[in-house]
Amino acid sequence: MADSNVQQVPVTVLTGYLGAGKTTLLNRILSENHGKRYAVIVNEFGEIGIDNDLIVESDEEIYEMNNGCVCCTVRGDLIRVVEGLTRRPGRFDAIVVETTGLADPVPVAQTFFMDEDVRSKTKLDAVVALVDAKHLPLRLKDSKEAEDQIAFADVIVLNKTDLVTPEELAKVEATIRAINPTAKIHRTERSGVALSEVLDRGAFDLSRTLENDPHFLDESHDHDHICGPDCDHDHDHHHHGHGHHHDAASDIHDVSVRSISLRGGEMDPKKFFPWIEKITQMEGPNILRLKGIIAIKDDPDRYVLQGVHMIIEGDHQRPWKDGEQHESRLVFIGRDLDEARLRQSFEACQAA
Amino acid sequence: MPTVAPLDLDGHCLAAGFLGEVPYFCLADGSIHRLDHGHKHTAPHDGLLCVEFDTANSRLITGGEDGKVVATAADGTSDIVAEAGRKWVTSVAAGPQKAVAWAVGRSAFCLLPDGKVKEFPHPRSVEGIAFAPKGMRLAVARYNGVTMHFAATEGKPAELEWAGAHTGVTFSPDGNFVVTTMQENALHGWKLADGKHMRMAGYPAKVKSLSWSFKGRWLASSGAPAAIVWPFTGKDGPMGKAPLEIGTRGNMMVTAVACHPTEEVVAIGYSDGMVLAGRFTDQKEVLLRRPGKGAITSLMWDREGRRVVFGSDAGDCGVVDVAG
Repeated sequence: MADSNVQQVPVTVLTGYLGAGKTTLLNRILSENHGKRYAVIVNEFGEIGIDNDLIVESDEEIYEMNNGCVCCTVRGDLIRVVEGLTRRPGRFDAIVVETTGLADPVPVAQTFFMDEDVRSKTKLDAVVALVDAKHLPLRLKDSKEAEDQIAFADVIVLNKTDLVTPEELAKVEATIRAINPTAKIHRTERSGVALSEVLDRGAFDLSRTLENDPHFLDESHDHDHICGPDCDHDHDHHHHGHGHHHDAASDIHDVSVRSISLRGGEMDPKKFFPWIEKITQMEGPNILRLKGIIAIKDDPDRYVLQGVHMIIEGDHQRPWKDGEQHESRLVFIGRDLDEARLRQSFEACQAA
Repeated sequence: MPTVAPLDLDGHCLAAGFLGEVPYFCLADGSIHRLDHGHKHTAPHDGLLCVEFDTANSRLITGGEDGKVVATAADGTSDIVAEAGRKWVTSVAAGPQKAVAWAVGRSAFCLLPDGKVKEFPHPRSVEGIAFAPKGMRLAVARYNGVTMHFAATEGKPAELEWAGAHTGVTFSPDGNFVVTTMQENALHGWKLADGKHMRMAGYPAKVKSLSWSFKGRWLASSGAPAAIVWPFTGKDGPMGKAPLEIGTRGNMMVTAVACHPTEEVVAIGYSDGMVLAGRFTDQKEVLLRRPGKGAITSLMWDREGRRVVFGSDAGDCGVVDVAG
């Protein structure tokens, strides 16, 4: 991902439930005068009212890799379509992949890491989730996918804000933040987000995100820890009044994904790298996303790290600035993660 | 000394080959070029995805982004075989008695000699298709194996199972073996008589090019820094035997292979555009073409085995006269 090869075509993955506003956004991407041409990969031509030979219909085809790892899945159809599209470069500047409402975003994202051909020609720009402000609480109750889509996103378009009260909106946003503390959230009506906030973001590339937002992963807002092990709610049985929404906490309790933010000093590379390898090998199926900035002892550069399930990628980003505190920060977003154990083992990797 | 007659085209060459004595070059943009008393070209597709040289009938079968299946005769005239609407035609095959098969999404289609078109729907995407050399048998590469349809009859298809995504399929010339390319860096094969499996793994990259030697005694493949050539001389194919490695280059990948029509020689194309010919018996190599602008995507010998046509992903194509 840190490859600076200019020929890599940026790919934006658009997720979101049916009715969240994906089609409206896609139609805008295809019709607005933004000076760029997009190839759009959709599951069904269906409601896209625009005739454009760069719209490609593709049957979602999830392939498990034959390496014994259940979370190593790719989208076979995307491999083929991306290969076809990139044989004729110059027709388009970027690719948008639309997923169905129920789609798991992980195989889509992993395709851009795991398939060498796809990886050499394209780079994942951002995973954008459209969320319907009115219906999200309900969606979170009845599906794991809605939660996964939020957990996995780099950019969240919180749409249809005109259909909810300010209090409801604040609750929905708090719920989203509980699942994903690092995504950028845009509140919109009728998918009216500026396309520049969605496209060509480089949001999946942590190095670029950090250039644009030096405080990314900073915990100053402290909104990542809404419901941790030291909070006194009952995590397993939470039928607050038969599922009625009395308060923000009840919404948040419909969520099984949570984030864990770790913070430490300089790391011993001999301890840290084997540790992160082991954690992602063992906990990979439970880790949706992982992002970090690591200070490595005796290394003048900041090391940025990111992952999807078992796949991790890291690179030297830039030298630490004078006076900048050499601090390591790591965020896990996932399910069934043992925070105490992660924290303890992470801290044990610190250099003496 | 081999001499190269270059043909510089604008765009990715998907397939290069001969119909009779005439070299053809099929580009991803949908144009088909031929060197027939000068450079001529037609554009039967808007966006080309797959090509089969139907040498027996002296025509090209092509499938495109425009949803069309087209047959192009040696004189450049094109006929539309089928139209699939807005979906991509992702694989084509030419069979006995002018049968044609193509893949669209989760279905394979077969135009039978009597003019009827049969559809074979699958639960998952049809990734690759191939006809058996004899009989109206159509193999479909799919997730977790291969389905063999008896296209002319109503019989139940035969299933060959092996976990993983199978992206392409080929029959051995004698029809005794079926081999698939896979999403992972491996080939898988079945002996049809008893369903015995053949695992051919260990490639550092995906295998995209396969070529059977004359009489089907060997199967050459890309996907490594050498042409990997598996022996099919015994009754169980390559099981328990090591492949030949021909034309090894430390830092370059083999991207295309084509076996000679009458000798145990393979033409090998590399990611830097170089083309070599290598002999199986002593692994002796001859340089056919120096590195060029793009990776070699396609190679084919003429009937006599005197010339090799090559295509590249940057459009720098040509014909090598091996004897010079």
